[in-house]
Amino acid sequence: MSELRTSLWHSIRINPQLWIGGAAFAAIVAIAALAPWLAGHDPMEQDLLSQHLPPFWLPENNPSFPLGTDSLGRDILSRLIWGTRPVLLVMVLGATLSGMLGVVVGLLSGHFGGWLDDAIGRLIEVFMSFPPMLLAIVLVAVTGPGLDAVVMAIVLIGWTRFARVIRGEVLVLREQDFITAARVLGYGHRRILFRELMPNIAPIALALFALEMGRAIVVEAVLAFIGFSASDVPTWGGIIADGRSYVYQAWWVMTLPVICIMISVLALSMFADGLRKAIDPMMQR
Amino acid sequence: MPIVYVARRLLMAVPTLLGVVVFIFVLLRVVPGDPIAMMIPGEATPQDIANLRAVYGLDRSIGEQFVIYIGNLLRGDFGESISVKQNVLSLVLDRLPATFELAFVAMVMAIVIGLSFGIIAVYWRRRWPEYAVDAANAIALSLPEFIWGLILILALSVMWPLFPISGRIDPVQAADFKTQFYLFESLLTGRLSLLREVLEYMFLPAVSLALPLAAVIARVLKTSLMEGIGQDYVLLARVKGLSPLRVLLRHVLPNALVSTITITGLHFTFLVGGTVLVELIFSYPGIGNMLYGAAINRDLPLLQGVTIIFAVIFILLNLLIDISYTLVNPRVRLA
Repeated sequence: MSELRTSLWHSIRINPQLWIGGAAFAAIVAIAALAPWLAGHDPMEQDLLSQHLPPFWLPENNPSFPLGTDSLGRDILSRLIWGTRPVLLVMVLGATLSGMLGVVVGLLSGHFGGWLDDAIGRLIEVFMSFPPMLLAIVLVAVTGPGLDAVVMAIVLIGWTRFARVIRGEVLVLREQDFITAARVLGYGHRRILFRELMPNIAPIALALFALEMGRAIVVEAVLAFIGFSASDVPTWGGIIADGRSYVYQAWWVMTLPVICIMISVLALSMFADGLRKAIDPMMQR
Repeated sequence: MPIVYVARRLLMAVPTLLGVVVFIFVLLRVVPGDPIAMMIPGEATPQDIANLRAVYGLDRSIGEQFVIYIGNLLRGDFGESISVKQNVLSLVLDRLPATFELAFVAMVMAIVIGLSFGIIAVYWRRRWPEYAVDAANAIALSLPEFIWGLILILALSVMWPLFPISGRIDPVQAADFKTQFYLFESLLTGRLSLLREVLEYMFLPAVSLALPLAAVIARVLKTSLMEGIGQDYVLLARVKGLSPLRVLLRHVLPNALVSTITITGLHFTFLVGGTVLVELIFSYPGIGNMLYGAAINRDLPLLQGVTIIFAVIFILLNLLIDISYTLVNPRVRLA
């Protein structure tokens, strides 16, 4: 027991980013899971008599709305708590799908080379010819708003990041002796791709995955800000949009979700750094 | 031979452009979702819908539509906007100067902030200014433009009311301009109070665009300057009696700028892409905001036009950046 405790402390001391980032991620998961019990109000419940109530540290606050209310008198704390659900869904699903697509494309492109690599390279170049947010907005404009459209938009603009990096990694790995050995031994493409190359690109793919989750939060927030995300559930970006319209009357409405997004994005980028440090022996000095 | 290189780079951009055009067609016409259904009100009869489909050529087969679409693009015809009832190309070109000026001001800011922070960090290295610059860099890099824009609104307009947060100029004064280049026009005609106003409106969106790029510039410059000051020629210059600041600015900086310019070019397209977001937050009337309007109104021709023009700008920028590398650094030409 005490041994376990010292090794845990040791791990936290040499890689604090991993633990701080991981704890923040775990906190989002916990809040999303416990939302019905944590939130004091129905997040959609309007109370037009108590619009723009200030949070608890300002005068004229109402203790039943600890972080104040928005322009329709909805409880901001409850909306922030319930808002973790779409955030979690979008970031996990969006990052997983774009990671899977990008990793497979990158592996195939780097491993097989030739015309396939050229074609994929061209395709990536076409995708890179657009500002990412522009593609996301155009896609959601065509398919119509909603969380599934937001996830599709994240995949559409996220997969190239994985594909480019993984392809580069594979190009380096394929020149190394163990891959040559695998070829000489007559291993099939599937075995080389998934048993030899995959384990070696896993660390970098995992770090990219953590970063992509942070980006997904921002993409969702932007799309929600312009009213292109879910309209039936509260989202952080939606609260920001409401707050932006009344920022001079009630600055806290916009401030609180911005703080939530900042903390999440910073935590996930720490998590990504920590993961790389933990998995990649070359970075452990 | 730079000319051969430039010609080859130009040729390489053609298939990319073709890919972009095909990709936009697929995205807008083939992805599930009926462009007509999304732009008409609920009370339209099936006959209205059929008529509208015929007007926009959407009743033809996908193949036919594609041929017409390519033919129109080649003639420079981007069609007519559904929501504004005007030529798409002229609408976009009318808005382009606003976006261009915003990106320009943001780039100048990014370069000024980035260069001065990089130099400060190296001149006072291993002392608090270096650590402060490192910390500021880490924060600037880890947050996207969207969040910076919102933070700046809260800090410099709500808490401390210094700058306006919506639009490009007071609508009353917009009539004073003959062109859409508000910044350059007021500068060239010497109307300084107007110039000041334009810059005030531009300040917050430009800073939110500039911060991430400034952090990149400062970091790259710092790394290359640090490498530079270890070299023998620096020691020689110091022995000759030149002051450390002079050595840094006259001898080390020019060499360090080559790699800095390279990285800055790579990230400049991110800045241009960021205008889409920043224009939304600050209701700045450039083409990013036009895209938003087209998306909300489901204005297919306008959406298509803005997307293609943005892609063309991106491809041209990448081309220009690539070509300018060969001018700055002749070694690249070999590749």
